[in-house]
Amino acid sequence: MRAPIERHTIAVLVDNEAGVLARVVGLFSGRGYNIESLTVAEVDHAAHTSRVTVVTSGTPEVIEQIEAQLRRLVPVHSVVNWTTAAPGIEREMALVKVAGTGDKRAEAQRISAIFRAHIVDTTHNSFVFEITGAPEKIDNFVDLMRPLGLVDVSRTGVAAISRGPEAM
Amino acid sequence: MDRDGTELKMAPPKAAVGALELSGAETVIRALKDQGVKHIFGYPGGAVLPIYDAIFQQEDIVHVLCRHEQGATHAAEGYARSTGKPGVVLVTSGPGATNAVTGLTDALLDSIPLIVICGQVATHLIGTDAFQEADTVGITRACTKHNWLVKDVDDLPRVMHEAFQIATTGRPGPVVIDIPKDVQFKKGPYVGPASVKHRTYRVKSDPDLGQIVKAIELMANAKKPLFYTGGGIINSGPVASKLLRELVALTGFPVTSTLMGLGAFPASSPEWLGLVGMHGTYEANHAMHDCDVMICLGARFDDRVTGKIDLFSPDSKKIHLDIDPSQINKNVRVDVPIVADAAKALKEMLHFWKTHKKQVDAAALKDWWKQIDQWRAKKSLDYKTSTKLIKPQYAIDRLYELTRGRNVFITTEVGQHQMWAAQRFKFEEPNRWMTSGGLGTMGYGLPAAVGVQMAHPDALVIDIAGEASVQMTMQEMSTAVQYDLPIKIFILNNEYMGMVRQWQQLLHGGRYSHSYSEALPDFVKLAEAYGGMGLRAQTPDELDAKIMEMIDSPKPVLFDVRVDPKENCYPMIPSGRAHNEMILSDAMEEETVVSDEGKMLV
Ligand SMILES: Cc1ncc(C[n+]2csc(CCOP(=O)(O)OP(=O)(O)O)c2C)c(N)n1
Ligand SMILES: [Mg+2]
Repeated sequence: MRAPIERHTIAVLVDNEAGVLARVVGLFSGRGYNIESLTVAEVDHAAHTSRVTVVTSGTPEVIEQIEAQLRRLVPVHSVVNWTTAAPGIEREMALVKVAGTGDKRAEAQRISAIFRAHIVDTTHNSFVFEITGAPEKIDNFVDLMRPLGLVDVSRTGVAAISRGPEAM
Repeated sequence: MDRDGTELKMAPPKAAVGALELSGAETVIRALKDQGVKHIFGYPGGAVLPIYDAIFQQEDIVHVLCRHEQGATHAAEGYARSTGKPGVVLVTSGPGATNAVTGLTDALLDSIPLIVICGQVATHLIGTDAFQEADTVGITRACTKHNWLVKDVDDLPRVMHEAFQIATTGRPGPVVIDIPKDVQFKKGPYVGPASVKHRTYRVKSDPDLGQIVKAIELMANAKKPLFYTGGGIINSGPVASKLLRELVALTGFPVTSTLMGLGAFPASSPEWLGLVGMHGTYEANHAMHDCDVMICLGARFDDRVTGKIDLFSPDSKKIHLDIDPSQINKNVRVDVPIVADAAKALKEMLHFWKTHKKQVDAAALKDWWKQIDQWRAKKSLDYKTSTKLIKPQYAIDRLYELTRGRNVFITTEVGQHQMWAAQRFKFEEPNRWMTSGGLGTMGYGLPAAVGVQMAHPDALVIDIAGEASVQMTMQEMSTAVQYDLPIKIFILNNEYMGMVRQWQQLLHGGRYSHSYSEALPDFVKLAEAYGGMGLRAQTPDELDAKIMEMIDSPKPVLFDVRVDPKENCYPMIPSGRAHNEMILSDAMEEETVVSDEGKMLV
């Protein structure tokens, strides 16, 4: 009897000090947790804080451990699970390169409009689309581009934030 | 952030005008003094020479020169565990730091406060594969509670004081401060401990009183209660042990303990059931399995304690007190978690028990004790005695009897001898028992004894050792001789890596692959070569007199006790089995009792 695997988005506000990303990533690899995506950037230069957003998966017990282990890291200010806490907004951006001519090229452009992707680079036989949305939307877009000449994908990973006026 | 791998320069705590300017090396020494450090254990090298120079020019801090950096870390662990103070270690870059890794990991798993200061190559050489360069913060990230590479001397006083705070508070643990050589020379303003407040690190040590009330409610209604106590009680300090005794006196509940918790509760008490877990007593393990309320105090449901996790104490409600929130629900789901310092939580438990006028269920408790007495009647620590061979159990019993009433501290190595010592040596007080529990580090005990003796010059410090383990850090005999530390190394020499041999017998059809200790040194001559005293006993009748000789010697002693090479350590819960499926000594002769699934486990 195995508990179901769930996907969770966890935000970690860390002090911006040397090696802090290695601590977060090392915790996941050292304890055998999954990282599906990870984004990190400084969010407050004056306060020396960075925000790490990790999409991970595991049983509810594993997710509970991940949060507890993250809180143990010394430079961590706070940890919020957007999947179990107040539902947040998740967005990801991707750059998607599709090469082709004729019908396939036209079809790629038509689909990109439906997904509200922007064309940020064009040649006679290629496009680079910029698309923003929930990770699933990007998955769908990439799948649709595959038979139309998909050659390259670069994704940012998830950024997440809560709804309403409060900070994390 | 990680971008260029540098410690971002933070605004250093404001130093007063005309503040003390110190070099990095002087800062290290000054900060150690301000933190109350009296002894450090270390080994010099190129990258720490400025700090050694600062040591040379002062007299407040005694530096103990060990013979290997691993030895220095274990000595510091023994020092810490026997005093409740942090242990401090100083090593050089590269090999000095890598040699310290085993001790750091050991201290992490057993929650021992260590501050390990490492030299590093000069900042401009970092990343160039310079001579004796190692990525020390990278290597030690996974085996420390926290670590720092200090690239600016202005950050050094703050980091030094933060290091002590982090190592010693909350769940204690080891920290590493890596200091490049140029930083040791540079001057910067010194600030004392009082002016440092960490930006993120906070410890929650006060219990949630609602949880305390729930806990005593469960305890008062319990029919088959059990205290399961661990190293957290010891780490919390002597007050926690005292309060535990009060709580047991008030309730009359039975008590068992993990390997790390021995001594928190006196082994002479009628409520004491002995060690729990893989080599725990029959009564302790059956009580764990059958209890209806388990009160876990400062233990962490380690696999050596629980056995097969889905068969672990199936019918109990569990109360779990731990200072580290990540231990709650980690291996076992619990009903009443209490995240707090053990002494603070125990104080509240006692308070609420009294003010709420709680009573135990006396009738039920009487039946429970009757059941426990039946388990006790199994006498699971009994063994077949011999008049010809020294049985290892007999040797430990005699050591215990002949050292009773003295000011004794026991350290151990790892193996059968460690388990026999844990089963049989009776501890009445905390901080008297130093062993490598979580990591199981052979070679821990001898240097740990060095550290203990350094802290307690007049005590009788004994390492209960195995002939294989003790050779891993034997060179620290030289340290003991240099500093007049009369440690006693009581070697249960069975000519085997006995614990390995036992598993090979049980799991691998008696194929004793590389577990025989061939080409053993003559430990008596070895002791003499170091300038210590050597003793040997071959038969039971000569043991007592030799033990007395050992105790009375003013020197460090290696005592080669030749014991029965084939003795196994029982009781034993084989891997993958439940607490009520233990094997006892008589039931078990030369048969394979472990399932294939169990063989996968360690
Ligand atoms: C550093 C290290 N290497 C290997 C082991 C695995 N191991 C556990 S017990 C043991 C044998 C110990 O032999 P000895 O010191 O003679 O003790 P005995 O079991 O015979 O009492 C070994 C090799 C270990 N625990 N630590
Ligand atoms: Mg042996």
